[in-house]
Amino acid sequence: MAKIILNDQIDSDIYYLKIAGKYKGSVGQFYMLRGWNSYHPVLGRPFSIFDLDNKSISFIYKTVGEGSNLLSKLKENDNIELFGPYGRGFPQAKGKVALIGGGMGLASLYFTARELKVQSSIEMVHIYLGFKERAILVDLFEKVSHKLIIDIGGFISQKVNINSYDYIFACGPEDMMKAIVRQKRSEKTKIFISLERRMGCGLGACLSCSCKTREGNKLTCKDGPVFPGEDICFE
Amino acid sequence: MLQVLFGKIIFKNPVIAASGTFGTGFEQHFDLSQIGGICTKGLTLCHRTGNKGIRIWETASGIMNSIGLENKGIDLFIKQDLPMLKKIRDEGVRIIINISGSTMAEYVELAALLSEEEADMIELNISCPNVKEGGMLFGITSSTARELVRQVRSVNKLPLIVKLSPNADDIVKIAQCCEEEGADGLSLVNTFKAMAIDIKRRMPVFDNIYAGLSGPAIKPIALRMVHEVCQKVKIPVMGIGGICNGRDALEFIMVGATCIQVGTANFINPNSCLQIITEIDNFLRTEGIPSLDEIRGII
Repeated sequence: MAKIILNDQIDSDIYYLKIAGKYKGSVGQFYMLRGWNSYHPVLGRPFSIFDLDNKSISFIYKTVGEGSNLLSKLKENDNIELFGPYGRGFPQAKGKVALIGGGMGLASLYFTARELKVQSSIEMVHIYLGFKERAILVDLFEKVSHKLIIDIGGFISQKVNINSYDYIFACGPEDMMKAIVRQKRSEKTKIFISLERRMGCGLGACLSCSCKTREGNKLTCKDGPVFPGEDICFE
Repeated sequence: MLQVLFGKIIFKNPVIAASGTFGTGFEQHFDLSQIGGICTKGLTLCHRTGNKGIRIWETASGIMNSIGLENKGIDLFIKQDLPMLKKIRDEGVRIIINISGSTMAEYVELAALLSEEEADMIELNISCPNVKEGGMLFGITSSTARELVRQVRSVNKLPLIVKLSPNADDIVKIAQCCEEEGADGLSLVNTFKAMAIDIKRRMPVFDNIYAGLSGPAIKPIALRMVHEVCQKVKIPVMGIGGICNGRDALEFIMVGATCIQVGTANFINPNSCLQIITEIDNFLRTEGIPSLDEIRGII
């Protein structure tokens, strides 16, 4: 059980949740969060690590259903349970890196950018964020990138010259990630995408989050959520 | 204090992780050697990719699943999973292999292939509601269940338990048939055949229309079924159905269960089995009860 430091509404349905404590986690990993004692809903909810330091862990989430709505009601000093870190995150990168986020896909990219920017093997970190109506957290992302490109109401994947980067890390709607993978022409560009699937346990037991890959079914929670883009068989 | 005898098998405690709810990955999060046993994910002869579409759905105090027995098949299971399970077994955790088939011949072949393997028990799954062929179809009428248990019994030397379906025509009658055919024990209940609708799409949530309901919502019904079966059979029973804490587990033991299996609770909190063991132990100490034998079947 942990204590909430803040749970701020940063847009009409988007919240920034900060929890006290020293937690483990690498870029692209996630935690299962549960902020209620009843069995309705029964399961926790998976959220990517938005940020992490020695005293706290943060998440960005959108209210879409019962679980996230209950989370949004929590206040400073309320208790919350979190289990993790789970999953395989983004791999080591080098050279020129582009991070591409669509909608709430940005949640896993801030921590990633912050970690990448201080690594000597990284030449540049460009961040591309696509939003439907309004951009959020722009000031935060500006601080951790060498270049930040925002798109509102369009297709962010069209604004990126995929083949000019050594590494692409993407998270967002599946159509966006599919478009990114399809643009790949250069062998040197390595694309890694973070998938989202309906999850039960978060650690590989329930098999509810199976995804189709070239090597057969894999589990989004345990084998992913980050996969090489070319491995995924998009629906 | 918590040790129990299930047929001829000693469990260090009565808490077993139920099939399909406890996979690889847990070992990184807690000490597996503490639990009484592990039931493996339903194993079939050939590799299965499982069902398409939505596979998990939450309801009030419950979850519905339609995984469809996704598994790698027996050959890879023996090659890849059994060596890891043997290590846990060496630490005193009982390994129960859950098997399922589309035909009676498949069950028999699986049971024969596993007969010489290093495991403690076979759990015959005749109760999966999420497959079109086999599964629950073998567990809803006593004649098919009887014939299946007879055939499997004849080819497998390991202790055999049969996992019963709450969707059976008469679960007590099926339990008695399994006992008569030489089953060493029973486990009950598997998930309840259930349904959910996506009202925006005006469609059933699941591609297979029906799915299996588990979790706290089913506990009172499962408890009643375990009580009824325990009154009528002499072989030991593993109680299953929405067990989330020590109190739930003790209720099942008081109606006659020797062991209990924990399923959905593992998804809520991966430490559930460990917490349940501690809570049972605390209850016995607080109440001054020397062993679970003292309270088993007192109701």
